[in-house]
Amino acid sequence: MHKLLLLGDEAIAKAALDAGMSGMYAYPGTPSTEIMEYVQSSSQAVKENVHREWSSNEKTAMEAALGMSYAGKRAMVAMKHVGLNVAADAFINSAVTGVNGGLIVVAADDPSMHSSQNEQDSRFYGKFALVPVFEPRNQQEAYDMIFDAFDLSEKYRLPVLFRITTRLAHSRASVMLREQRPRNTQSLPSNPRQFVLLPAIARKQYRALTNLFENLPSDPVISGWNRLSSGKGRTGIITCGIAYNYLLENITGHENDYPILSVAAYPIDKSIVARLVDSCEKVLVLEEGYPLIEEQLRGLLDRDVKVMGRLDGTVPRDGELNPVIVARALGMKTLPGKEVPSIVRQRPPSFCKGCSHADMYAALAEVMKDFGPGRVFSDIGCYTLGALPPYNMVNSCVDMGASVTMAIGATDAGLFPAVAVIGDSTFTHSGMTGLLDAVIKDSPVTVIISDNSTTGMTGGQHSQATDRLESICLGLGVSRNHLRVITPLRKNHEENVSIIREEIMHHGLSVVLARRECIQTASRNKKTEVSGKNKTKV
Amino acid sequence: MKCDIILAGVGGQGILSIAATIGLAAVEKNLFLKQSEVHGMSQRGGDVQSHLRLSDTEIHSDLIPDGKADLIISVEPMEALRYLPWLSPDGWIVTSSVPYVNIPDYPGIEDILSELKKAGHTIVLDADAIAKDVGSSRSGNMVILGAASSFISLPFESLENGVRQLFMRKGEEVVDLNLKALRAGRGAAGSHKNV
Repeated sequence: MHKLLLLGDEAIAKAALDAGMSGMYAYPGTPSTEIMEYVQSSSQAVKENVHREWSSNEKTAMEAALGMSYAGKRAMVAMKHVGLNVAADAFINSAVTGVNGGLIVVAADDPSMHSSQNEQDSRFYGKFALVPVFEPRNQQEAYDMIFDAFDLSEKYRLPVLFRITTRLAHSRASVMLREQRPRNTQSLPSNPRQFVLLPAIARKQYRALTNLFENLPSDPVISGWNRLSSGKGRTGIITCGIAYNYLLENITGHENDYPILSVAAYPIDKSIVARLVDSCEKVLVLEEGYPLIEEQLRGLLDRDVKVMGRLDGTVPRDGELNPVIVARALGMKTLPGKEVPSIVRQRPPSFCKGCSHADMYAALAEVMKDFGPGRVFSDIGCYTLGALPPYNMVNSCVDMGASVTMAIGATDAGLFPAVAVIGDSTFTHSGMTGLLDAVIKDSPVTVIISDNSTTGMTGGQHSQATDRLESICLGLGVSRNHLRVITPLRKNHEENVSIIREEIMHHGLSVVLARRECIQTASRNKKTEVSGKNKTKV
Repeated sequence: MKCDIILAGVGGQGILSIAATIGLAAVEKNLFLKQSEVHGMSQRGGDVQSHLRLSDTEIHSDLIPDGKADLIISVEPMEALRYLPWLSPDGWIVTSSVPYVNIPDYPGIEDILSELKKAGHTIVLDADAIAKDVGSSRSGNMVILGAASSFISLPFESLENGVRQLFMRKGEEVVDLNLKALRAGRGAAGSHKNV
């Protein structure tokens, strides 16, 4: 059998290819990006013509994957946790329509917010939508579970949510591969009304879904991933996903001291939880994320079982787990470790040398000096780093696209000027609809689209906006006179300052395209070009 | 056998190439390996770290517990200090002495070197100069890996094979430059062990 060293993300991608996936859909977002990148660089995917283009956002990705499933083929869609908020409408409803070809929705959560605005726990979405959730403990399980997830999805005609967290997504281990399975051929759903969620149909299907969800815990594929082991002690432990590894790290050699329920698939069979709880005086719950199981175990009244976890302070209320946190929760001694010398300074992320966003902010900063602070709205991307010194320019970062719409609302409240700074990829992700609102009201907002022609923060993926921004803005109705293009370079500083100032002084909507390629992708493209030339010489 | 390593540096300095080389070598020797790395925001000039664990038995946690790392390999001297809480009392630090200054309040290099000396078993090398000497000025990261190689529970030949595999796609010349840097680092560490 063949073994590969794979990131958790890559194990998921490889498994999907081996399990007969016909199409992968995604928008880049840490820590999920490498799933699509693996599929894109896979010769297997190229040979078998597996769909592998980036989508404009997570919602369009989710819907396209559902469309592929409608046509009978296996599809997977991947996103970071907050991306599932964007895709939520389609996701929740896909549980009511059900699927035709197997459909897996991968949500990569980011507890401790290494690269995110919140640490929401996607398992709640699974419960909310009434679909099965898989949460692998390690890279091998991530690989193996994808096969089960496709099977389960096709068995019950339900989408399956596949939840991972940063540490699994971005940690490498060796993975044993399986034989590749054939892909599905195209086929229409047997019931032509299955996907038509008119109220009369939706009511019927939703009722069927609630009945099905009651029976899911006893499905052998789901219950098979949840393991109960007996132990001598009276403290039981429930772990979810990778929390099990942190537990084993601390108790290896003493596993029999604790009854342990290791959960990796949901919904959980109540009887297995009862068997653990009935044999214990108290139960410690270790979850990488929100206290989902812990809350259910406590119930509204919280008085039957002694439960320890995030809600009583045994485990910190927020942030990811690690071996030391788990050791403390178990009441074990931990090594103090040396202290970090006081001379060590913070090294926050910053703009790369030569970054176009930096030159754009330099120009904007000079203009905004005349108006005072608190007037620049932004959102998610490398350009959010404009919030940090020396620029200190950005006053908001909430979600993809919120720069434009928050600026609109602020002008509605009388704030002048209001500037929105948004990246090119973020603009086509979620900025266009907001811009249409601004066009219709002619809001006195200046939208700066800082166009570096890539999706920069996640490592330089294709941007759907490339070569399209002028036509999109004009098509939405932005006035040609107030659609300006600048090249953010130090030598153009004076000119850029005066163009931005002119457009801010215009009491109506204006858009400034600040366009210069990302320094990272530019140097990478140059290298590829050079090595391509060298190759032709040989 | 277990060998827990923290790799440290600044985004873009090539610690993931060090990790990948060790990973390939570990696969060749059929060892268990887990290697957790940082992607995303911090890669933009922020501090980055990777937890790399090797063992001949199954490894559970992707993260190394505090006070348990056998080795800190750092391509930047201040970054080596940032991970001292993970270092075991008898662990080693192998670091480049070349500061990467992209913050206004970067401390004095003398203070950093004196903290490194206090930290215990330390090898501090001017990785850039050594790399330049052997004509591979961009392979400072491989110099540091070479310097740390005697503390990693893997045969040196396996690390060399790892370098070959990793850089194969970039051509014979790149492979040779990186191998030269790796060997130069190993040689230089021999004479610095008492620092």
